[in-house]
Amino acid sequence: MKRALIVATTLALGACGGNDPDAAQYGPDPSLPDRQSRLLPSMEIANPTQWGAQRPSVPAGYTITPIATGLAIPRQTLILPDGDILVAEGRGGGESKLRPKDFVATYIKAKGTSPVKGGNRLTLLRDADGDGKYELRTVFADGLNAPYGLALVGGHLYVADQDALLRFDYRDGQTRESGPPVKLTDLPSAINHHWTKSLAASADGRLLYVGIGSNSNITERGMAAEVDRAMVWEVDATTGAHRPYATGLRNPTSLAIQPGTQRLWAVVNERDELGPNLVPDYLTAVREGGFYGWPYSYWGQHVDPRVKPENPKQVAAALRPDYSLGSHVAALGVAFSMPSMGPRFADGVFVGEHGSWNRHDPVGYKVVFVPFRDGRPAGPPVDFVSGFRGSDGLTRGRPVGVSVDPRGALIVADDLSNTIWRVVPAR
Amino acid sequence: MVRIAAGAWRKPVVSAVMVPRRGARLHAFFLAATVPLFLGAALSDYAYTSTFEVQWSNFASWLLAGGLVFGGGAIVFALVGLAGLDHRRALRRVGFLLLLAMWGLGLIDAFVHARDAWATMPTGFLLSTVVVVLSVAATWVGFSEFGARPAP
Repeated sequence: MKRALIVATTLALGACGGNDPDAAQYGPDPSLPDRQSRLLPSMEIANPTQWGAQRPSVPAGYTITPIATGLAIPRQTLILPDGDILVAEGRGGGESKLRPKDFVATYIKAKGTSPVKGGNRLTLLRDADGDGKYELRTVFADGLNAPYGLALVGGHLYVADQDALLRFDYRDGQTRESGPPVKLTDLPSAINHHWTKSLAASADGRLLYVGIGSNSNITERGMAAEVDRAMVWEVDATTGAHRPYATGLRNPTSLAIQPGTQRLWAVVNERDELGPNLVPDYLTAVREGGFYGWPYSYWGQHVDPRVKPENPKQVAAALRPDYSLGSHVAALGVAFSMPSMGPRFADGVFVGEHGSWNRHDPVGYKVVFVPFRDGRPAGPPVDFVSGFRGSDGLTRGRPVGVSVDPRGALIVADDLSNTIWRVVPAR
Repeated sequence: MVRIAAGAWRKPVVSAVMVPRRGARLHAFFLAATVPLFLGAALSDYAYTSTFEVQWSNFASWLLAGGLVFGGGAIVFALVGLAGLDHRRALRRVGFLLLLAMWGLGLIDAFVHARDAWATMPTGFLLSTVVVVLSVAATWVGFSEFGARPAP
């Protein structure tokens, strides 16, 4: 009897061990350790506190200021042609709990997020005199359903709610919706385990790309729930007709069109519960018709044995992503930089990393810059905005969407402290 | 409670358990409940392995949780029963150990079932099978004293 107890206790405690060295897991060819399957998952949930007088850290020669606080779960931002900033605020999801585990996990994870109710609105911020203070703050549109992806094409503002793609009319200087939006198309929303719908418009504005996350970590809600999930849709901007553009992307949380090449890029959140250093979240150019593995395999053709029945044919077709950002960093935002961001950060992408929860040593909780050369990622990521999780173990903010203001500023949405941050090169 | 027949006070107490212990009904209820719950879990696991239909795995998770709740109640009663100093003590000890093994492995099985999709297999099915065998054995042993009749 004692032995049985000791065995059970050892198994439980052993699972909590905190030894997970951060593999140098960046770039095109990350080292992938063996899969682990522990009895209890390693977890380290953010312990939130206020910013107070503290600020996130930025590189020398840059300054950071909060330009809006007290928002209602800001996720993604869009810089409008006249310099105004639109902020999508909301919290979606709300899937039913199926297993005892779901009750426990929901309770634990909620501790690391903001208790504020999602705004379900777009807020507009304006700095009319260009002094860096956004003195006008007004609700552009409300009554939305967990808006996330934003894109502007000419006189049309597209907003991806968690269940539909909407179109507003927009002209420069407008501060309030001129009328209710037109629904371009419904988006897959049953269950909505990964509810965020990311959005980008093609360079010519005729096509829209919508990132749709999977309905589970690794098919634990059944294969039927994954129809039209874990893929990027291509939507005709005038008719709303859609087709899958690329598939097998577990959770494509942010999309961006590369200036020049006009190619579509995405950051994707990969699967959990295979260990602290599996599977890397990634940044990739999205190939038309490409299959990126989920659920059958990860990082190309590494088979995930948790998926039954297997599909060797699909695995054989799986593409390797371009660039590993590291496992569990939770990349939720991507934006191409511009020369106005300063010479060191002129060519590359900024990536907002919300931060890990299912890993003993936390990773992410920062905005990194991935340098590019000749249109491809070149070199390890560089911290651009950090200090969201302090050395005291407390978390003051969690970055989500990032946008580059052509006038020379990085706009970062923080959905823990409900703040919009603005980073500018010192002039 | 032990009732001793009149005039028999000098003899050793043999087959003298005439009425169920206090709380025996609840004890029996907890004990018996573990069998269908753990059996249901094992059968659900079997259904998952043969169909890949993940809903069976969800059923197994809840059935295991239920088995652990009722099994926990049975352990409390079994522990109290260990304090008794009659001839059934050895049997009660066996019953208690069976229950403890059932519960410990059942808990591990519940954690295994918290994994996603096929990660529960084959360990989950194996554990569920062992646990249901242990729960039958623990119930069998535990019930041996509930059936005692008053001596003629």
